[in-house]
Amino acid sequence: MQSGLFELLSPNPPGWGGNLLRGLANSLLIAVGAFGLGNLIGIAGAWGKLYGGPIVRDLLETYTTVVRAVPELVLILLLYYAGTDLIGRLLEAFGYQRIDINGLVAGIGVLGVVQGAYSTEVLRGAILAVPQGQIEAARAFGMSPCLMLRRITLPAMLPFAIPGLANLWLIATKDTALLAIVGFNELTQETRQAAGATKAYFTFFIAAGVLYLAVSLVSNVFIGRIERWARRGMPAVAGGGR
Amino acid sequence: MIGAQAAPSADRSSSRQDAAEAIHVENLHKRFGNLHVLKGVSLSARDGEVIAIIGGSGSGKSTLLRCINCLENPTSGIIRVNGEEIRLKADSHGHTVPADRRQIERIRSKLGMVFQSFNLWSHMTLIENVIEVPIHVLKVPRAEAVATAEKLLERVGLADKRDVYPAFLSGGQQQRGAIARALAIQPRVMLFDEPTSALDPELVGEVLKVIADLAHEGRTMVLVTHEMKFAREVASHVVYLYNGLVEEEGPPEQLFGAPRSERLKQFLRNVS
Repeated sequence: MQSGLFELLSPNPPGWGGNLLRGLANSLLIAVGAFGLGNLIGIAGAWGKLYGGPIVRDLLETYTTVVRAVPELVLILLLYYAGTDLIGRLLEAFGYQRIDINGLVAGIGVLGVVQGAYSTEVLRGAILAVPQGQIEAARAFGMSPCLMLRRITLPAMLPFAIPGLANLWLIATKDTALLAIVGFNELTQETRQAAGATKAYFTFFIAAGVLYLAVSLVSNVFIGRIERWARRGMPAVAGGGR
Repeated sequence: MIGAQAAPSADRSSSRQDAAEAIHVENLHKRFGNLHVLKGVSLSARDGEVIAIIGGSGSGKSTLLRCINCLENPTSGIIRVNGEEIRLKADSHGHTVPADRRQIERIRSKLGMVFQSFNLWSHMTLIENVIEVPIHVLKVPRAEAVATAEKLLERVGLADKRDVYPAFLSGGQQQRGAIARALAIQPRVMLFDEPTSALDPELVGEVLKVIADLAHEGRTMVLVTHEMKFAREVASHVVYLYNGLVEEEGPPEQLFGAPRSERLKQFLRNVS
């Protein structure tokens, strides 16, 4: 039994460990990409919701409401199939060949759009938590809106955003599993294949669980460090300061 | 009447007329919705002058100061800084806003603003706060900005706090740091918005001393304050606002020594 377990999980064929690790790498790649894209959308979205005109605000409100209301699995199916089909049709309409959309790019795009909606709200709340006087001081000293965003607003809101963003990152790592449904070879899909081929369901799903847990644990270490750094200008709250 | 040129005093009249006008405000109106906060205020600060704006709560004195650098957009009126008039336009909602963002940013970068609640940037150490605007807005080389900032922190007595974050400083220290931040842009005019109102009483003195030093070295300043004794000592010209209008103005000896307006007499009785 023991030797069987190690053989099954061995990184070298005929073991399936290598496949699982490749799946993990793909999952992380998508998570990083989607989280990054989501935060870019989030920064733009939060800025637009707070300072944009009425039309921009309505559009963003629709975006965050719809994306947060519809189950992610449905969104992923919708955006993945409808999205790639739409791009294909557009290309054809303009006289180009249909292209095969890379699964990685599609995965990042789809999850990024989902993450962006949540990120918009996390960052909007964090920006609102920045004391108004600090923004006012930046204006009073002649900072342009861009400079103010980069030098004052974003770094000053970070301590308020980190807990929410940390949640989003952990959700991103696990939402990659949803991409199994569109056949992308991330960790869950690889696990299913390995389990299906060997019938060792328990072994492989436990192994995948351990890998997801490891990702969370390592993330927590980094999140703790980033939070300490982001809160460097703030006195420790009793019991809350790390 | 409203208008800074009215009622010149004998000893300061010559300097008031000779020096160039650093700030000129004419017939300024400010409405917040139905609330008419400023009802046609004029103000002038020539180089080297210290203008103290006094008045009761809700008199519009802070609003007046904040209109000078368009932190509040005036509803109507003329504002000139260093002879350059701030161009205003009406936006799609009918609010008056600066017509040219770059112009207002350029003008703001010549006005050193000190706030009631300090407003130091909490994610930066004290020296980072002081070098931020010189480096990123005025494009001063970093080494030069740091050298200037160190001298300024020395001057306000905070040399040993240069690497401390604002939250770990007392109110008085934060405000002195904020003054250093404003001085670092080598401002044409310093604007003080009730700089000691948020301080514990025992910390007021250290901040006033720094401001008084600046006044004595001939800096042009506009100061909104509740410290009447201080205004009397450092100001070259005092403006008393009442209900959005200049009720009385003149040299401090006259305003505090022999006020003419009943309202000012009443106000001075109440605050002393």
